Amino acid sequence: MRYVKDVASVIRSKNAGPYELTFDLMFPDEETYEQVKHSITKEKIAALYKIEESQVLSIVHFAPAHAVKVTIVRPRASGDLGETDVYGAQQHAPLLELTF
Amino acid sequence: MSELRILSPTAILGYGFPLSSFQAGLDRDPHVIAVDAGSTDPGPYYLGAGKSFTQRAPVKRDLHYLIQAALERRIPLIIGTAGGSGAKPHVDWTVSIVREVLGELKATAKLAVIYSDVDRDFLLKEQRRGRVQPLGPVDDLTEEEISESVHIVAQMGLEPIMQALEEGAQIIVAGRAYDPTVFAALPVLKGYDLALALHMGKILECAAIAASPGSGSDSLFGYLHDDCFVLEALNPERTCTKLSVAAHTLYEKSDPYSLPGPGGRLDLRQTNFQELPGGKVKVWGTRFVPTEKYFLKLEGARRVGFRTISIAGVRDPIMISQIDEIIAAVKERVADNFRDLRDYQLHVHRYGKDGVMGSLEPQAQPAHELGLVMEAVAPTQEIADTICSFFRSTLLHYGYPGRKSTAGNLAFPYSPSDISAGAVYRFNVYHLLEVDDPKGLFSMEIREE
Repeated sequence: MRYVKDVASVIRSKNAGPYELTFDLMFPDEETYEQVKHSITKEKIAALYKIEESQVLSIVHFAPAHAVKVTIVRPRASGDLGETDVYGAQQHAPLLELTF
Repeated sequence: MSELRILSPTAILGYGFPLSSFQAGLDRDPHVIAVDAGSTDPGPYYLGAGKSFTQRAPVKRDLHYLIQAALERRIPLIIGTAGGSGAKPHVDWTVSIVREVLGELKATAKLAVIYSDVDRDFLLKEQRRGRVQPLGPVDDLTEEEISESVHIVAQMGLEPIMQALEEGAQIIVAGRAYDPTVFAALPVLKGYDLALALHMGKILECAAIAASPGSGSDSLFGYLHDDCFVLEALNPERTCTKLSVAAHTLYEKSDPYSLPGPGGRLDLRQTNFQELPGGKVKVWGTRFVPTEKYFLKLEGARRVGFRTISIAGVRDPIMISQIDEIIAAVKERVADNFRDLRDYQLHVHRYGKDGVMGSLEPQAQPAHELGLVMEAVAPTQEIADTICSFFRSTLLHYGYPGRKSTAGNLAFPYSPSDISAGAVYRFNVYHLLEVDDPKGLFSMEIREE
């Protein structure tokens, strides 16, 4: 078992519009990408963020960028009362715990 | 084989660009200079308040060079989502800066101004006709939300900008526009492939963010051919790589293979990226899949009240161990003291515990010190000030179980401790509107300035 963070080149979060939060996990080469991509599942994402699996909208494998893209429902629309991160740029930390 | 060349000076008008990059772009003899000025990322305040998230001075600095170059070379300058959100106050603000620059350059130009505001009564009618639907994880649009919106804008497609070009506009200031349109309008007007023009625009709109190393305040150049397009970074310190361009396709969107916009979506399943000598990247194979009906994306914001905040630190480990209970108890005190004021919201951000992630935070153990941002939002600034102040003073002296530190619970960095933060808005419209005419909603004014 290894940590995804030890082989990924980018792990980031950002708004995808005001109602969705999207995570990009990018890998330095095709080999690493192929090795890791199937271990990133809706189930694991839901567990890391303590959300229902239905809140994980999609997991897309994007080969041209050696990237796995995960999108979840934002806890609230960007800037709504109770907002903690308007740009959604610091919501990635739990992904550093992902293993494969 | 023909070629159409586009200069994208910067990711957002007002973010700046090195003059050497801009000059390198001009040396490549562009047919059009285009720049996107907008984003919903900074949150609902800017659309609601009618203000730009960029400042006047840097926007004017950028516009000075863009207008001067465009007029000298007799090529169009196209600005999309003017003023950051593209509602009338944002567009008029941008136009006022354009006029000021034209005055300083002692120049005149044919200026087209395209408004993208959506009339509330019109939208109510369309809503009743069933022509409005939510976009993504959003509630249905209610009549109340439409009526309470301060600004509602529709994201225009290529058509209004193409019309302005056909009418000979030299400078186009467009309201809310689908990001790629300012780059794709001229090529599509000249008969280039729609899918390639839009996909190239999709990448050019963030300028050198698609290069390596990336930057939001540097230029990118695009060469559009009949069957492909090529991207080139204009700063010798950056190059376009297959990875940097492909990776950019992921940015701020949920599915990189399918990019929806007005009238249809870009399909990237067959797209190829290839590195060329000289730090360029060639892209081809992208397709455009039109939707059966033409939909425009609507964005709206409404005011929810006024905000007051107070910032303080907590270092006492006994207090930190029961911070949730203490905050709940102090909220109750506030409610008890202001029984006639039910219409306020109190929220405490707890940095060092879950201040950044809120409900998504998996880590349970708080840090040795907490930063608290106490926030009251109420129908008037006066009530927000009152609630925030009362919460802050009650928390400062609150006697929690096991308390040893009886002189005060909070460390304030500032005097005064409270900050009146003004009006608060929220996004309340993020929906699709079915239209018969892609241009119908957008009014255009063209005149010699």
